[in-house]
Amino acid sequence: MLRLLARGSGHHSLTEIADSLGLARGTAHGILRTLQRVEFVEQDQATSRYRLGAALLHLGTSYLDANELRSRSTNWADTLAARSGQEVRIGMHHDGAVLVVHHVFRPDDSVQTLGIGAMLPLHATALGKVLLAYDPDLSAATRRRELTSLTRRTITRTQALERVLTEVRSQGWAGEAEEYMPGEASIAAPIRIPGGLVVGAIGISGTVDRLCDSAGRPRATLVRQVCQAAESVTTSLVDEN
Amino acid sequence: MAIDQGTTSTRCIVFDRNARLVAVAQREHRQYHPKPGWVEQDAVEIWRNVDRIMPQALRQAGITADQVVALGITNQRETFVLWDRHTGVPVGRAIVWEDIRTEELVARLQKQPGIEEVRERCGLPLATYFSAPSLRWLLDNVAGLRAKAERGDVLFGTMDTWLIWNLTGGVNGGLHVTDVTNASRTMLMNLATRRWDPMLLDFFGVPASMLPEIRPSSEISGRTTRVVPGISITAALGDQHAALFGQTCFEKGSIKGTYGTGGFLLMNTGTELVRSNHGLLTTIGYQIGSEPTYALEGSIAVAGSLVQWFRDNLGLIHSAPEIETLARTVKDNGGCYIVPAFSGLFAPHWLAQARGIVVGLTSYINKGHLARAVLEATGWQTREVVDAMNADLGAPTPVLKVDGGMTADHLLMQFIADVLNIPVMRPLVAETVSLGAAYAAGLAAGYWPDLEGLRRNWHLAARWNPAMETRHREDEYANWKRAVELTFAWARSTPPST
Repeated sequence: MLRLLARGSGHHSLTEIADSLGLARGTAHGILRTLQRVEFVEQDQATSRYRLGAALLHLGTSYLDANELRSRSTNWADTLAARSGQEVRIGMHHDGAVLVVHHVFRPDDSVQTLGIGAMLPLHATALGKVLLAYDPDLSAATRRRELTSLTRRTITRTQALERVLTEVRSQGWAGEAEEYMPGEASIAAPIRIPGGLVVGAIGISGTVDRLCDSAGRPRATLVRQVCQAAESVTTSLVDEN
Repeated sequence: MAIDQGTTSTRCIVFDRNARLVAVAQREHRQYHPKPGWVEQDAVEIWRNVDRIMPQALRQAGITADQVVALGITNQRETFVLWDRHTGVPVGRAIVWEDIRTEELVARLQKQPGIEEVRERCGLPLATYFSAPSLRWLLDNVAGLRAKAERGDVLFGTMDTWLIWNLTGGVNGGLHVTDVTNASRTMLMNLATRRWDPMLLDFFGVPASMLPEIRPSSEISGRTTRVVPGISITAALGDQHAALFGQTCFEKGSIKGTYGTGGFLLMNTGTELVRSNHGLLTTIGYQIGSEPTYALEGSIAVAGSLVQWFRDNLGLIHSAPEIETLARTVKDNGGCYIVPAFSGLFAPHWLAQARGIVVGLTSYINKGHLARAVLEATGWQTREVVDAMNADLGAPTPVLKVDGGMTADHLLMQFIADVLNIPVMRPLVAETVSLGAAYAAGLAAGYWPDLEGLRRNWHLAARWNPAMETRHREDEYANWKRAVELTFAWARSTPPST
């Protein structure tokens, strides 16, 4: 379908596309809608004809601008901070670490420092675990390096990290308690662009007693709030694209 | 609950006691450009949008009308509509603040005797975007309108007035009221008495019979009988005034800056009416109870719209936020400055003929430097306005509270902190306009006890601390000022077109 649109006039109606490729119209329409969602195909508003989308040109380069992500997610990050009462960070992978692209203070008016631009370790933070869990190349690269021990709870064995990442993928979020800093914990969930690719993570961090229950597990309410925020950001990336 | 009737859309937002956002419903309305420079909106379409979004917001929040403590209305300022008192049908479309059809009329009025007195009484310079010149234009150009207005058959209202009249019954006893902040943007209200001023009405030739009653911001005292009946309407404020209130800028000397398409800075000057000697507008910040709180306003005409221009007209970025990415590809502006005087310079210069310039170009300058210069322009324009405010008040402001879409631009916020040399603070609730209207409404209804109670709801989401060396800042500011002066020179050397 993409090859068809890439040659000749480049503008085709649904019927032309279905007939040319020998597909049922319903099938062709379904495929086109999927391609449209990930911006590989665009539909002309006036003529209803299809053509190649702008996203194809950027295929393989960067998927989402970090400042764009901050701008799109500000409202949801604020809502998460207000609901959870914790500080919120949004992270993207950069150069073997988590780059903090957005930071919202814990809403208790204590003195805090804006951490936008800071780099966090991938293997010891909830944000980082999310980024690792959904990026096979990144997790493979991390496995080849030594996992630095930051506290006595930091995961330093690659097999153990692998197990944790499998768990992250199955539950859809990541947690961590005292693996990065003693007394501190964090929870994070994935942000996806249309098509499902994970491009970042949004999460909260705070003291262990605020984030975890008596058994040391992340509190279910907070996990739900983080996952909801991640979904809202994901949806906003679909809506406005 | 707040209804924010803005320039491009109308929103209905429900907040809880902790000022957290519970539901948002929004609908855009059409902009009409029947002739060059004319900007109109359909007041009936806006009313229909309110009819849809109010129930929608209630559904989203999962509440019923009786659970709504109070409704506050906030609106785009200066935009107004005229309508027939007996049928509720508008006389033509609403004239929007951006409309410049009165350019000639304003030039003519400028020469009329009493013009100095006008500024003295209403606090505003004569300009196309305030309501009075456009109202005068309609009275002069629509056949039979003046006679109907004099008989009291045609009513005037800014958008708050239009919505309140309709919500409280329309032709069946709808309230014809406005609040002091909205009235303060018409050029027809006396700032000191807070009443329609006979001299101003006379100057603009406006019959008093068509004007609404002016009330304090928190004494609207209406009750909805349509759309969702039974909700108390207790407050109304112009959007920028609502943002000042929503940012809890209650102390004299506190400033808020809203950064969107343009930039709007308002400083609370307390109970004292401060007349600016530095090119700012005097306006009413808000009036809760019997005493008004005055404010000084400085508007930056082109802020976010410069980024849009950079995106749409130069095509150097795909989306507005990418300007920051591009700006970060270089470490400084490389000696390049952009003064975006697209339609003249606003506060504090007020030079309508000035036009934009890009200066300091060398073969070294690349698009990264231009991106920096674009963002820095908003920073320096903020500095000029804040300097003027400090000078008028005689004391420096300690912090700048910011809101609006551009606060997501980390580089810009840091730059503003750097050039003002004070911390820039962003609150957790980004919707400060709606929140301000909800606050005024809830305060009037006794939902929140006092201003202190509101202040406790303000939480810091981000703070940028100044980190620029004094020497560097002053050198850069001097360069900016020279660039601004060059736009004056350009204005002088070319006669105004049109």
